[in-house]
Amino acid sequence: MAFAGINWFKYSSPATFYPLAGKMMPWFAGLAAVLTVIGLYMSFFVAPTDYKQGEAYRIMFIHVPAAWMSMFIYVVMAVYAAMGLIFNTRLSAMMASSLAPTGALFTFLALWTGALWGKPMWGTWWVWDARLTTELILLFLYIGFMSLEAAIDDPRRATRASGLLAIVGVVNVPIIYFSVEWWNTLHQGASISLDKAPSMATIMLASMLVMTLAFWMYTIAMVLYRVRCEILERERHSEWVVALMEERK
Amino acid sequence: MKRDLILAVRRMSDVLTTLFFFIIVVSLFPLGIGPEVEILRMIAPGVVWVAAILASMLALGRLFEGDYRDGTLEQMLLAPQPLSVLVLGKVLAHWAVSGLPLVLMAPLLGLQFGMTAEGLGVLLVSLVLGTPAISLIGAVGAALTLGVRGGGVLVSLLVLPLYIPVLIFGAGAVEASVTGLGAEAHLSLLGAILALALCFAPWATAAALRISLD
Amino acid sequence: MSEFFAMGGYGLYVWGSYGVTALVIVAEIVWVVQRRKVLLKRLARMSRLTKG
Repeated sequence: MAFAGINWFKYSSPATFYPLAGKMMPWFAGLAAVLTVIGLYMSFFVAPTDYKQGEAYRIMFIHVPAAWMSMFIYVVMAVYAAMGLIFNTRLSAMMASSLAPTGALFTFLALWTGALWGKPMWGTWWVWDARLTTELILLFLYIGFMSLEAAIDDPRRATRASGLLAIVGVVNVPIIYFSVEWWNTLHQGASISLDKAPSMATIMLASMLVMTLAFWMYTIAMVLYRVRCEILERERHSEWVVALMEERK
Repeated sequence: MKRDLILAVRRMSDVLTTLFFFIIVVSLFPLGIGPEVEILRMIAPGVVWVAAILASMLALGRLFEGDYRDGTLEQMLLAPQPLSVLVLGKVLAHWAVSGLPLVLMAPLLGLQFGMTAEGLGVLLVSLVLGTPAISLIGAVGAALTLGVRGGGVLVSLLVLPLYIPVLIFGAGAVEASVTGLGAEAHLSLLGAILALALCFAPWATAAALRISLD
Repeated sequence: MSEFFAMGGYGLYVWGSYGVTALVIVAEIVWVVQRRKVLLKRLARMSRLTKG
């Protein structure tokens, strides 16, 4: 398992990962802050007004990155959960549960900003389009994951059970998307096609990518911070945590 | 599986509770919406399907609960047969006592909603294909929440989103046949979901049971 | 300046989106920092108790 001369399994031990995460966290947080400033500047001052949608299209610069992150985080979460179940590594299970709240947050933001964008553009807060519906289901899946984990007292069982749920969920998301899409084409009359994406100027695409990168860095910083809490909580009886607490005094 | 069936038949009251829940929920809709036949006919497939899903969810809690309490489940884990096969047997037995009565009762309720004979036939077929899939998917949730406090509400939170494709194709099949589009495409997709659930759900349920009893 | 905030008549929608995003992100940051604080306090108390 030696990859480029580094023993990766060494870092999958919570005791070694804890200080490493602590060192990496500020860098990612800083990157997130810098990228957000650049992204916001580009979104509001560099990107021109859209000739069709006016200024309202600027919502896109957070809506699309949030939607991307919400799906991306769920997949990463399921991969970590699968690794935790297969290799029985404690750290990957902790990573999965640290990702869930941030993922749910981006899912909520994607829905919220989508509604606020939809109202002026299509005259409605919500349509039962495949993408919107799937995003809503994704939010339910995140909530289910977190509630299951919170409901089980034994932490080992909690992570394993919620991990399995994440894997079942990730298999289902494409099926749900496809079925809602199918259902929607049957009910064409009431729906509005969201597929007519206007050809985007390069500058718009660039600011969207910068914002996505900013959200990504934010997610990593958040997860590292949260996983450190998670590690401390679960390993509180281990020697190294006790020693660490002694040092802090 | 035989044992499960016998046990379930003995607890006739459980079977009847699920069935009556189903009937009552479906009967509430005309009272809430009004007696216009046109509207009722339009919403009938969706109402019957949603009620069937809710009713089978109600029965889900009993799927493993009894065996979990008396220790049979732990013996199943140690049995020489693969756990997923045992699980499949249990789920099918569970479906026979909680899902099948709903399927048989559904055409009668459909009549109340003024559905045509053709629509009733498709409704029956869609329920025959769909409710086993519902039981199979629900089993994963039931296994995950075994012995967890507040498990009953939690399990609905976990599995209801996963039921959506079955609901869409099940209710959609009836609707398509009523509007003259033909239900074959929906029914074959429903069959595909059932086949997928048959392949993967028992396996996932077995894994979930191992986690819960660890 | 006020023209910028008006967003061509879409101010409510644009700032509603960006505002809530900022709010939610700040809330998450406050929440995890609080969690760590509480946790460290608890662990410190635990280590004091075991030391006697």
